Amino acid sequence: MTLALAVTVAALYTVGTYLVLQRTLTRIILGVAVLGHGANLLLLLSGGRAGAPPLVTGQSAAPPGVADPLPQALALTAIVISFGVVAFLLALAYRSWTLSRADLVENDVEDRRIAGLAGAGSEEGEAA
Amino acid sequence: MTVLLALPVVLPLLGAAVSLTISGHRRVQRILGVAVCAATLGNAGVVLQRVDAGGTQATQLGGWPAPIGITLVADRFSAVMLAISMAMVLAVLVYALGQLDPAREDSYFHPVYLILTAGVAASFLTGDLFNLFVAFEMMLTASYVLLTLGGTGEQVRSGMTYVVISLVASILLVTAVALIYAATGTVNMAELAGRLDAVPDGLRTALGLLLLCVFGVKAAIFPLFFWLPDAYPTAPTPITALFAGLLTKVGLYAIIRTQTLLFASPEPSSLLLVIAGATMVVGVLGAISQNDVKRILSFHIISQIGYMVLGLGLFSLAGLAGAILYIVHHIVVKTTLFLVGGLVETATGTGALSELHGLARRAPVLAWLFLLPALSLAGLPPFSGFVAKLTLVQAGLALDRELVVAVSLLVSLLTLFSMTKIWAGAFWGDPAEAAAPPIVGGQPLRLPAPMVGATASLVALSLVIAVGSGPLYALSERAAADLLDSGSYTSAVFGGAAR
Repeated sequence: MTLALAVTVAALYTVGTYLVLQRTLTRIILGVAVLGHGANLLLLLSGGRAGAPPLVTGQSAAPPGVADPLPQALALTAIVISFGVVAFLLALAYRSWTLSRADLVENDVEDRRIAGLAGAGSEEGEAA
Repeated sequence: MTVLLALPVVLPLLGAAVSLTISGHRRVQRILGVAVCAATLGNAGVVLQRVDAGGTQATQLGGWPAPIGITLVADRFSAVMLAISMAMVLAVLVYALGQLDPAREDSYFHPVYLILTAGVAASFLTGDLFNLFVAFEMMLTASYVLLTLGGTGEQVRSGMTYVVISLVASILLVTAVALIYAATGTVNMAELAGRLDAVPDGLRTALGLLLLCVFGVKAAIFPLFFWLPDAYPTAPTPITALFAGLLTKVGLYAIIRTQTLLFASPEPSSLLLVIAGATMVVGVLGAISQNDVKRILSFHIISQIGYMVLGLGLFSLAGLAGAILYIVHHIVVKTTLFLVGGLVETATGTGALSELHGLARRAPVLAWLFLLPALSLAGLPPFSGFVAKLTLVQAGLALDRELVVAVSLLVSLLTLFSMTKIWAGAFWGDPAEAAAPPIVGGQPLRLPAPMVGATASLVALSLVIAVGSGPLYALSERAAADLLDSGSYTSAVFGGAAR
């Protein structure tokens, strides 16, 4: 069971990393979402093996064999945060599409200018 | 003390909630924002005074004992950071009131600004690795909104890069938290400090490096800085100024906190020193190649981060004290420079050096406001930058790290060079040559009073830091001693019980 989950985590990280490295905005957003799922699953796995529900009723000490509740709480928090941020990213990508009608990460104008300067400099050097 | 430690987080959050409900009433929102920021600053001042007098303070929210409940801790380092940050937040807000266009201000500027404040305060005060992640997210999500508020094409383009890079770093942070929890069974930093010693060396190093990468992205250290000069200059000035002064320093705070408390090393760390040197050199070379005031200043942030990492990398009392002093100096000076850059843009309509000329004659006040922090940034005596750099150089020489010290001095010279580039381009020369004069002829430029007032008060603050550098250095040294002695941190969290 844990092995299957570990393999899933690895697959999610792989797919997510691949998608984030693309140039299309929608793919990047999907990548971020998938990476987020991978991280949340890893968080859940960090609590160790699965167990009984961590409910304490009446007695002061936790019954034996329960699952560790802390990673579950952490994962829930992380899920809510990544949900909100992915929603924001989608809005941003939509805005970008409305403005430029292209679903691509755009070039940085100033970077292009500096790169152009460097190119011009080396050409002059070659000419001389 | 309980309430005082929680208020810097709770107060801005409550303020944000109230501010959200009264959107449309701009005057009320403004008064509320300034009042909340001022109250938080006052609160931070009291915390600093109490912590400095009585040592590290901790509080458990909800009354649950330490490893279970949410812990807030203030040692001298976090109290200093909190106080100086809240001062910046207030000054930048006052400046923003003079500059923001109404459309932008109406679209939720005030609530988001207060949430950012709460996030910064929470990052400094939290005593728990996972809550550090939550605080970072609070701060970063607010920063995404502030960066793209207005939604122009340029902002969306650079905002996208910034958001995606920050998100990947955040996901890595969750990964790091998960791995640390799996290895030690706790995310409470005080408890971690003890338990990480029992973890095998290789695993401990890997976890330390992972956290360094995560916070390195947020602090923009070499080689993880590429997003910064691209993202920062496109936002409205007050927002860029706040980001420049605070956000990277919050990342740096997290690096210093985790590397001293959790992964302390007994001797100087060569890795951190190499990173420090490379960050300084690459940042300043980037700055020299740029032509726009805000972009030059953005590259300088990176270069300056190198100095702070240098102080941490030495892992000595003097080095850490120098780093803390440097951070305090840098937050004030950098914010001021960006505010002046914004004044230049407001007055002339452009930040491109090739289009600016002769501002010294048209706006002498502006020239002075730029000159003082610029010289301070380059580290000329008697300004605050000199004091901070001197302590770092001395700390480096005391440990026989001549190479990185030599690099840092060279970078200082180059910093001075690129500052003179701005000075020569924008302030000297004949006003008639200016390509984009909104006001014809050589008549003085008119500048909004709140903007000049806020900038001038920050310049004054940086002069106070220079004059009061003796007591401030003593305070930094006490803070550094706190950092090197993780026992005082853990015993404060666990209420004196030895662990």
